Amino acid sequence: MPKLLEVRGLVRRFGGLTAVDGIDLDVAEGEMVSVIGPNGAGKTTLFNLVTGLDHPDDGSVRLAGEDVTGLAPEALARRRVARTFQHGRVFGNLTVMDNVLIGAHTRLKVARPGWPILGAVAELGRALFGVFEPAVEEYALKAEAREILKLFGDRLLPRQDQPAYSLSYANRRRVEIARALALKPRILFLDEPTAGMNPTETNEIMEIVRGLKATGLTIVLIEHKLDMVMRLSDRIVVMDDGARIAEGPPSAVRHDPKVIAAYLGHGSVGGADDRAAGAVAEPRLKAVAGGRA
Amino acid sequence: MTSFLDHTINGLVVGNIYALLAVGLALIFGVSRLINFAHGSVYVVGAYVGLIAVAHLKLPLPLTILAVVVGTGALGILIERVGLRPLAHSVRIAPLLATIGISFVIDQLIQLTFSPDPQALPSLVPDWRFTVGGVTVGALDLVIAGIGVTSAALLYGFLTFTRLGWAVRATAQDRDAARQMGVDVDAVNRAVFAIASALGGLSGLLVGMYYNYISPAMSFQATLKGIVAEVVGGVGNVPGAVVGSLLLGLTESYGIALLGTTYRNLFAFVLLVLILVLKPNGLFASNRQLPPEPMTGTFVAPSRPLKLPASALAGLTVAAFALPLVVTTPYVLQTLSNAWLYAMLGLSLTLVAGTVGQVSLGHAALLAIGGYVSALLAVDLGLPVMLAILAAGLATGAIGTVLVSPAFRLRGHYVSIATLAIGEIVGLVILNWESVTRGPIGVSGIPPIEIAGIPLYSAAATYWFTLAVMVVLALLQAKLLASHLGRTLRAIREDDVAARSHGIALSRYKAIAFGFGGFAAGISGAITAHLYSYINHETFNAQISILALTIVILGGMGNVLGAIVGSVALIGLPELFRITAEYRILIYGIALLLLVRFRPQGLLGTV
Ligand SMILES: Nc1ncnc2c1ncn2[C@@H]1O[C@H](COP(=O)(O)OP(=O)(O)OP(=O)(O)O)[C@@H](O)[C@H]1O
Ligand SMILES: [Mg+2]
Repeated sequence: MPKLLEVRGLVRRFGGLTAVDGIDLDVAEGEMVSVIGPNGAGKTTLFNLVTGLDHPDDGSVRLAGEDVTGLAPEALARRRVARTFQHGRVFGNLTVMDNVLIGAHTRLKVARPGWPILGAVAELGRALFGVFEPAVEEYALKAEAREILKLFGDRLLPRQDQPAYSLSYANRRRVEIARALALKPRILFLDEPTAGMNPTETNEIMEIVRGLKATGLTIVLIEHKLDMVMRLSDRIVVMDDGARIAEGPPSAVRHDPKVIAAYLGHGSVGGADDRAAGAVAEPRLKAVAGGRA
Repeated sequence: MTSFLDHTINGLVVGNIYALLAVGLALIFGVSRLINFAHGSVYVVGAYVGLIAVAHLKLPLPLTILAVVVGTGALGILIERVGLRPLAHSVRIAPLLATIGISFVIDQLIQLTFSPDPQALPSLVPDWRFTVGGVTVGALDLVIAGIGVTSAALLYGFLTFTRLGWAVRATAQDRDAARQMGVDVDAVNRAVFAIASALGGLSGLLVGMYYNYISPAMSFQATLKGIVAEVVGGVGNVPGAVVGSLLLGLTESYGIALLGTTYRNLFAFVLLVLILVLKPNGLFASNRQLPPEPMTGTFVAPSRPLKLPASALAGLTVAAFALPLVVTTPYVLQTLSNAWLYAMLGLSLTLVAGTVGQVSLGHAALLAIGGYVSALLAVDLGLPVMLAILAAGLATGAIGTVLVSPAFRLRGHYVSIATLAIGEIVGLVILNWESVTRGPIGVSGIPPIEIAGIPLYSAAATYWFTLAVMVVLALLQAKLLASHLGRTLRAIREDDVAARSHGIALSRYKAIAFGFGGFAAGISGAITAHLYSYINHETFNAQISILALTIVILGGMGNVLGAIVGSVALIGLPELFRITAEYRILIYGIALLLLVRFRPQGLLGTV
């Protein structure tokens, strides 16, 4: 299988703490990989390094064979790398529709980069004096954005003209996923997309992610709700203290003693008793991790 | 050699005075993450309390110092109470704006009480001079050094050995954790403002005695110098502020020795911009700092802007154009023309500060660039005035963007400081670049605006011209905001990290905003120059920058119509009620304070 993402020996230190400690991660085209691990394991930091928000102290990241280590996030977005944020970063004063359209920014013809400086001048000119071309493009993009919003049933579509700050928490998280999808990503990084959602909402998101996977989209997921992870992932990477402690298909990871030790110290991980899509597992994992600190 | 040492001593003495200012700023920033723009005003109050004590009450030096410390310490507590505490839950820029408002109020009150003219503050220290190894040291130098060292020691003792001092340090480390541990953060803020202000007041007293000269106008420069020293040392870093101050004092002293006094401030501000760009965390911090925290809460207060139907807007526009047919008093029309010119500046700033969230505090510099370019093109090259104005708009867009581009990588308060410094640099370059700008003499004989060969002399013609230009600019800006650029720029304001992750290159879009905004402001400055027929480096001063910001906040950040309404309200109304200049600035200060506190979304709402 061709590797879409190849991460080698990634390291990130914060003062004395090594948040990511020599991580390797391969993701094949169309694969769905989950990254799990206790709080503070370094999962989000890993995402930040791979999506350009943070610079690694060591190691490399390759995307479809190209070395993209340390590239700016906007450059990665142009390579159709999309992500969501653990704590939610919707644009509060923008409408739902505008939030999603921002996701499509890299695909805007009116905003094509062009030459340095001249490209920006041309973009300003098109925005100020363009009549036909920008309008047609906006029209088409809006139709596309509505298609994306439809994925979420009637959660977002009726609210497309409301400012994002007026939405419920769960809806803001949905907007963030919609925004990432508008980028037409070739790889999508989801950082705890269901954090803070109730079981019904979690299941909804799970179905959406399953649908995306079925379209062949490559997905990397961070999630504490292990039920969801176990059901969706092709492969699971377990992190603890910045290092990868286990990797493999769900069936193998579930019974790996190292994983169980890192997480709970007992029992199985994400087993049948986590019926309510992790509603039980999450508080327990957080409690365990809190106890470690 | 001797003179080198003299300059060194002079630099250290001045640096010592700056240190008293900068340490206070650093303490305040440490506990409340606020750059206190009222600090220079406290310093001026210190100087004037000193004047009363020395010249009127004839107090000896120790009592004078005591009076200054107590008076300015109390003022500090008041500033904290009015400017900071009520705004604890507002957007981050709110307290900064509040302190700007407070500084306007204090400065203006001082000016109204003591007259704007400089006064002599007699030094209570005998004029002894010693010559040690070829270096001349005055008794006052020693007193200043003594006060500096004593204050530092007292401060160190306070922070290290007292309970309140520990609380201050805990709060500076982590405010929320300190609160959870039972630290009374309000008490800490109050104490810090009192101490910082007492030190600032002391600084004002010493400067007054050192130069034997005090004036209300020292305030703004003092704030700037304190900020420069603080940034050089690392914002919020108290020992760093001391070192930064001494470095700033020395840089200025040597700079003056090499190039002359008019370059003094230029050095300070160039140093500031360099530090901000190259070592934004100060000289003493490692550059590889933690990436910024995810920001919770957005820059502008959420609000639903008032939307006027197109027919109402069209009606208002027609009414504005028809006004000279009804009202023929030239005075009214001139006042409104002036309001339209400010509206162009407001449009520019509301785009940059409101839509993109880059709160520029040096926006008047764009007027100056526009004014000078157009005036010089018309006077020196004989370009037709209309062409000169257009060229000035384009040039201002380009020059302004290039000048602020070093600030594109900065965020939040740092953008404000950088733009403030860049604005000051523009003024100083105009002052010093005599071969082109005629330096302090200014440019006179600027030809009037002509349309088809007919000069616009009548008030009505000027009114129509400025209104028409303003309406065109407003329509263009509305078109821009309705395009994909509108949401892109606002996304940068809302969350620049998320914006970048979706492919928005920040520099490109900030440049687009400053380019367009520079064009509007440049046109405004150019028209002003041709209407005044004379401009100099002070025509477009820093007060105008703050006034523009008040206009923008009054109207609603990012709100096109708001910028126009805001300038009619702040330029038109005081003029029509014939409020004199001093009181007008007082009103601007109070307006800014009240707005930030009670209506941060402005009259028409943020967009
Ligand atoms: N900007 C930062 N500065 C300092 N330390 C940081 C920073 N970001 C993360 N860390 C530390 O790095 C470690 C890993 O953090 P990270 O957020 O990557 O964990 P995580 O696996 O995503 O945890 P969670 O499940 O709670 O989201 C933690 O100890 C955290 O405190
Ligand atoms: Mg995380």
